[in-house]
Amino acid sequence: MDPIVRMTNIAKHFGSVIALNGVSVDVFPGECHCLLGDNGAGKSTFIKTMSGVHKPTSGEILFEGTPMSFANPRDAIAAGIATVYQDLAMIPLMSVSRNFFMGNEPVKTIAGMRFFDHDYANRVTMDEMRAMGINLRGPDQAVGTLSGGERQTVAIARAVHFGAKVLILDEPTSALGVRQTSNVLATIDKVRKKGIAVVFITHNVRHAMAVGDRFTVLNRGQTLGTALKGDITPEELQDMMAGGQELATLEGSLGGTV
Amino acid sequence: MADTPQAALDERVKDISPIRKALIRPELGGIIGTVAVFTFFALLAGSSGMFNAQGIMNWTTVSAQFMIIAVGACLLMIAGEFDLSVGSMIGFAGMMVAIFGVTLGFPMWMAILITFAICLACGWLNGYIVVKTGLPSFIVTLATLFILRGFTIFIPQTVERKTIIGGIREAAEGDWLAPLFGAKILGGLFQWFGDIGLIAVFERGNRAGQPVVDGVPMLIVWAIVLIVFGHLLLTRTKFGNWIFAAGGDAQAARYVGVPVNQVKILMFMFTAFCATVFAVCQVMEFGSAGADRGLLKEFEAIIAVVIGGALLTGGYGSVIGAALGALIFGVVQQGLFFANVESSLFRVFLGVILLLAVILNTYIRRIITGER
Ligand SMILES: Nc1ncnc2c1ncn2[C@@H]1O[C@H](COP(=O)(O)OP(=O)(O)OP(=O)(O)O)[C@@H](O)[C@H]1O
Ligand SMILES: [Mg+2]
Repeated sequence: MDPIVRMTNIAKHFGSVIALNGVSVDVFPGECHCLLGDNGAGKSTFIKTMSGVHKPTSGEILFEGTPMSFANPRDAIAAGIATVYQDLAMIPLMSVSRNFFMGNEPVKTIAGMRFFDHDYANRVTMDEMRAMGINLRGPDQAVGTLSGGERQTVAIARAVHFGAKVLILDEPTSALGVRQTSNVLATIDKVRKKGIAVVFITHNVRHAMAVGDRFTVLNRGQTLGTALKGDITPEELQDMMAGGQELATLEGSLGGTV
Repeated sequence: MADTPQAALDERVKDISPIRKALIRPELGGIIGTVAVFTFFALLAGSSGMFNAQGIMNWTTVSAQFMIIAVGACLLMIAGEFDLSVGSMIGFAGMMVAIFGVTLGFPMWMAILITFAICLACGWLNGYIVVKTGLPSFIVTLATLFILRGFTIFIPQTVERKTIIGGIREAAEGDWLAPLFGAKILGGLFQWFGDIGLIAVFERGNRAGQPVVDGVPMLIVWAIVLIVFGHLLLTRTKFGNWIFAAGGDAQAARYVGVPVNQVKILMFMFTAFCATVFAVCQVMEFGSAGADRGLLKEFEAIIAVVIGGALLTGGYGSVIGAALGALIFGVVQQGLFFANVESSLFRVFLGVILLLAVILNTYIRRIITGER
């Protein structure tokens, strides 16, 4: 199988700060690729080069086999790369359906004028939410009345509905409770089964082990290694995240994928 | 988590009665306030002439003035910004009409169009500075407030050696555009109302036989048109969703591709447009432009909008609510006059209403949006 996104030797410098120093990651359709690493390791910066927020200083991005250079997030969204940030996903004062279609409002023409097609928006929102296992009181329910996990699910459902081929989730579980976390993890599983590639950033090894097919650990702007599910134990992953001091002893068990 | 039809019967989704659902809306506070204010004045001033044809036209006109600027302030506030320069803009726009139309002798239509162009440019500049510098619009438009008011006094003093310029009605005689702001419509209908005795007619004098109310001023027509336009724009269009999004969380909106900066700049321009409409209607009615016109109007607009249920920090509100807020404002102001209440008490009333409305609105908003 060919990767849908192939990032090779990505470097990103912010002035004198070297945030990324040659990171390579392949993302495959229908797989969940977990990105792990300590604070400041460069995970967010890395996915931002994928989602069009940052232009890499050097390195190559292949999207579906062709070199890509996104000028802004809008280009990446149009190409099918959707990113869900934990805190910037939703506007609490607005209804679920207004949020769902924000920036992609459906319109219908009445007497030559273009109006927001609320009926369509409401229907689709209800259907998509029900498919994700969330029962809304109504499509006009404000997002502020949803729990954190439910909001996360709305954001994910929105990304999937608008045809994302790659779904990037930046620490979606860090602020969630046990139930909400398992909801989000279940959602990731559903999305992956639809054949969408998922990039899942987390600090939590157990969350990563629960849904990940492939694990990449970043440290100080570099890849410490990529492992397949089954080739690595949670303890080994944990050690690697802690800074890679144990890397030498790990290399053998990683099966030469480093 | 079942995907079956039973999933619709979640025990945690409490049924809400349709009546409650219909009632719990952003403009509920405005509706309650309107009913309360009308009831109050029907009891207090019912026999004073407040509710005969002339009285109704009186408070409707005053309310319509508030409504015109409230619509602009409302959409701008929902988009997350303020415009404190509205009052100065009203004085400035009126003065521009007088300078171009009377002092410089341009045809009135040209004077009006030039005024609109200048004021829209001021609105654009307000918006551009706010989105480019990231400064609070409160500060930026406070600066505009002083700058525009300064010019409004300086220009007529320099060119005419006075701060009031008259002769606008004469200059507008026979103009094709001026009636759009200064004329009255439905004169025939009101004449007929007078003839069949529905409304009073003048008993004697040179207007004997004419109805006491001889038509609907264009000011009121503008208010209705702007309210309908603003309401449809906000609730029924793609752009309306962007207005909510820009004020609700600009960063989240940008992230999904909403052109937040353009939305905000356009709303500053719309506010300037509303202020100019107000100003042109006013100079056509008075026949003169004064350097002190529009004083404190920015606060009256903001008060009407807040009474109408909008959130000061943006992202939430209703044009219908703002219009009701303006109606409450107008009815209270004129009603106290009809009821012969000492006019200084108006402020006491206003303060009390503002406080009650904001408390009620906050309560309603929490129910709707789940704010904690
Ligand atoms: N816009 C920027 N300008 C300058 N330096 C930046 C910028 N963005 C990130 N950095 C730096 O790049 C490094 C990597 O940051 P990044 O946000 O990618 O870390 P992270 O792995 O996502 O960490 P966390 O787990 O805490 O979210 C940090 O040292 C950070 O200070
Ligand atoms: Mg991060």
